[in-house]
Amino acid sequence: MLALPPSLSDWFSAKGWALHPHQLAMLERASEPASLLIAPTGGGKTLAGFLPTLAELGAKPASGLHTLYISPLKALTADIRRNLRAPLEGAGLAIRVEDRTGDTSYTQRRRQRADPPHILLTTPESLALLLSYEDAPRLFAGLQRVIVDEIHALAESKRGDQLMLGLARLQRLAPGLRRVGLSATVEDPPALARFLARHPDPCAILEADPGPDPDISMLETEAPPPWAGNGGRYAIPAILEEVRRHKTTLIFHNTRAQAEIFFHELWLQNLEDLPIGIHHGSLSREQRERVEAAMVAGQLRAIVCTGSLDLGIDWGDVDLVIQVGAPKNVKRLVQRIGRANHRYNAPSKALLVPANRFEVVECVAALEAVLAHTLDGEPRGPGPRDVLCQHILIAAASAPFEADDLYAEVTTAGPYAALNRAAFDDCLDFVATGGYALRAYDRWQRLMLRNGKWQLRDPRATQVIRMNIGTIIDTETLKVRMKGRGGMPLGEIEEGFAATLTQGDTFLMGGQVVRYEGLHELTVEVSRNPGREPRIATFMGTKFATSTLLTQRILTIFQQERWPQLPRHTAEWLALQREVSRLPEPDRLLVESFPHDGREHLCIYGFAGRNAQQTLGLLLTKRMEEAQLAPLGFVATDYATLIWGLEAVTDPAPLFDLEALRDGLETWLAGNAVMKRTFRNAAIISGLIERTHMGRRKSGRQATFSSDILYDTLLRHDPGHLMLQITREEAERGLVDFGRIEEMLGRIDGRIDTIRLNRVTPLAAPLFLEMGRVPVEGVARERVVAEAAEALMAAAGLG
Amino acid sequence: MNGYGFTLSGAALVALPSGALFWPEQALLCVSDLHLGKAERIARRGGALLPPYETRATLERLDADLEATRAVRVICLGDSFDDLTAAEALPEDERLWLLRLMAGRDWTWILGNHDPAPVDYGGSHRHELALGPLSFRHIAERPEPEISGHYHPKARLAGKAHPCFLLDAARLILPAYGAYTGGMFCHEPALCALMSPGALAILTGKRALPMPMPRVQPQVRPRFTGFGR
Repeated sequence: MLALPPSLSDWFSAKGWALHPHQLAMLERASEPASLLIAPTGGGKTLAGFLPTLAELGAKPASGLHTLYISPLKALTADIRRNLRAPLEGAGLAIRVEDRTGDTSYTQRRRQRADPPHILLTTPESLALLLSYEDAPRLFAGLQRVIVDEIHALAESKRGDQLMLGLARLQRLAPGLRRVGLSATVEDPPALARFLARHPDPCAILEADPGPDPDISMLETEAPPPWAGNGGRYAIPAILEEVRRHKTTLIFHNTRAQAEIFFHELWLQNLEDLPIGIHHGSLSREQRERVEAAMVAGQLRAIVCTGSLDLGIDWGDVDLVIQVGAPKNVKRLVQRIGRANHRYNAPSKALLVPANRFEVVECVAALEAVLAHTLDGEPRGPGPRDVLCQHILIAAASAPFEADDLYAEVTTAGPYAALNRAAFDDCLDFVATGGYALRAYDRWQRLMLRNGKWQLRDPRATQVIRMNIGTIIDTETLKVRMKGRGGMPLGEIEEGFAATLTQGDTFLMGGQVVRYEGLHELTVEVSRNPGREPRIATFMGTKFATSTLLTQRILTIFQQERWPQLPRHTAEWLALQREVSRLPEPDRLLVESFPHDGREHLCIYGFAGRNAQQTLGLLLTKRMEEAQLAPLGFVATDYATLIWGLEAVTDPAPLFDLEALRDGLETWLAGNAVMKRTFRNAAIISGLIERTHMGRRKSGRQATFSSDILYDTLLRHDPGHLMLQITREEAERGLVDFGRIEEMLGRIDGRIDTIRLNRVTPLAAPLFLEMGRVPVEGVARERVVAEAAEALMAAAGLG
Repeated sequence: MNGYGFTLSGAALVALPSGALFWPEQALLCVSDLHLGKAERIARRGGALLPPYETRATLERLDADLEATRAVRVICLGDSFDDLTAAEALPEDERLWLLRLMAGRDWTWILGNHDPAPVDYGGSHRHELALGPLSFRHIAERPEPEISGHYHPKARLAGKAHPCFLLDAARLILPAYGAYTGGMFCHEPALCALMSPGALAILTGKRALPMPMPRVQPQVRPRFTGFGR
């Protein structure tokens, strides 16, 4: 077994710390080519990951990069750096630890490349950037270990695929490299191990003692949750009481907008002035760092936060986690709960606060799932090819390469182990020539084959490639700051939202109401505006899809005769739905039809998950268009699709003909808004279009045209093009999810219950509050546009 | 043709839903900012390799408009080519297509900022052209009255941006006709300053739709109403 430096062991003993069995196991298995450690939060996971490194480096390490630590969060790298300082300094180890992220200064980054530390803490994007430089082979030649923290979170997105391609590259530069993955509890550890390890190397899986069951319940409030929306505001008095009773509370929300509104309301009712902060991804770095520092210093009693605090940072003293809004996913709930009581082997305490009555049912379903130890998770698909295209560009930016070598390298990455040569060649051809059926760019290829090696035609392209690295596609945002010289930066808002503001409008930012003063060189200037009602929240943030496991549990709860485990108000609400309409059943499809607000509505309770319900909305509206039922738009949730239009649908059953729906799928895939959004993301990741950079939008003139035009053009002139293939794959895997529609239609086998009502039903009401409405471009839309134009003309006296 | 007819200084004109302007009395079709060869120019300059089909998409629409209007005179209002090299580099089939459209027609290329010198395609090349009561030039200059392009105006209606014509008593600005063209919203100061109060925006799309020119950024209406028992 690898031994720790004696001074470090002494330091641990002096602190009274004994290593956990799984931490010792990491030292024992330090020579394995890959190992995956699964441990609950608070289990000393990160230290376990670093122990082999500290043992190998010893007291007087030689210079050069030894270990690369990769985390999904920038904040985490800074936190780890601080946490490593104590043992390193305490044990007198001369080990240099530095972090490198998008926030690191240019000078510091340059210096790191010339004279790297022993341990470099970074993110997948910063690693990709490092690998794009010509000097990557020199920098990484001596690399011994790589630690991927929170790998369960990375594996859920394309960031993980990009990282695994990066590791494949690193392994080539440093053949002796050993990999360590650190993960929270997951449903399928072997799959995660295959994702991490160099294919076909084995990967050791170490599972730490999961600790005691959490102490988890639903928060009881005097006021019942509202019918819809509200973001948990009704529960503020009860939540403040809990904050008062605990040392430090994390209050999680699912979206940033919700967190903002909630925080604002919380302050209005916080008569004792309990110190409470807010933390989410749209706040400026300064703001977030202030909150993090206050938290570390133990100055805060609570933090209102979003997924930005899901991971990593060890806040020691948190003794309560409150989840506001339905958790959507049992696995993430378990991980969030683990944020409380960061002491190993002590139960975590958590409270669930449903935002509305539908979520009461979902919260109960989630509680039951947590106690039954069932975790949800969908199997991972193969590595996406848009990420591979970007990887090829990064490879070319660093040095000329041979196609055979790169293919061999790429297929050692877990997610790309099954990639065939033809698929790889398609990607290479796309990157080099555009890959069009019309071979238009012979003279202007991006990559040229010279002496058997692919290289950039124009070396200056490296700059563009580097600026576009990464797989996170942000909505375009504008910075917000206080008006006046040296005004304080507050954060960012979506450009689309900013465009709707006029002077005097008020909105919420960082928990305060601010007044829009104007746009100054792409920065939104605001002033403080206490006391006035904010107009609107500012951003949509991430939207989670409820897992299959949870939706099935909810349907099962619906079937109960009575609901003793639900609060009375929710039980009454379900009873009311049963009375005026009926409750959805697992083997039948409930369809409600009713007028509301001057439009006809059709509500389909398919319980097939957000993506499948979305696809169902697209396919049904298409069929309705053909049947001249004039649909205008729809919105989908995990449970239902709500369609509105100009005509009432009296007999929806024919709309659900599976064959017709499947026929519609191909044609439909062509023209819809979801596909265009998917295409845009894939086009940015694969390097077909560039991310919009701030400077370009200065003129007021759109420097670029909409990616929709590219999509339409390709579809018409080059339907087999790689980008369209990727878009389809992506959509079928995630956004389309036609499989679940087929599964649902098979399950109901024609048993469709159509109910015509004269008003919105209790169960349909929450759908009216959903964001992300999709317009239908059809006859009804043209009618409405023409009417709107005529009305404007008439109003202006021009009709 | 789903066009929108109006008169400018006594000339009866039709704004077509495609973004072209038709003057029936003169059998004249006017289009602006075709930006032919744009994808090639971007690639040449080391940028992205965009789908190289935008020139044929543009020519297809122009072909259809010429067919439908039976126009015998054509004015291209400038920025017809994305740059002068792009004009030379047009693939043979696209070049022949364009020449076929020109054949038998009185064709005028107005010079634009992207194509400031004559191109090798026949027709006449002018900085500007006066015809009856109207002056044709690339960039709006003097309300004589004049017809121009350059700004790629667009307007938002019912949540969607449409390229549009801008029209007042003395001036018409055409939308960009080319496939890969961005645009400028008409609430931008540059366009507000050019157009007098009461100007119309004529949206392109399936039909040419007139509406008052939007001069302020559009407001978002609340999306939903509440629900109570």
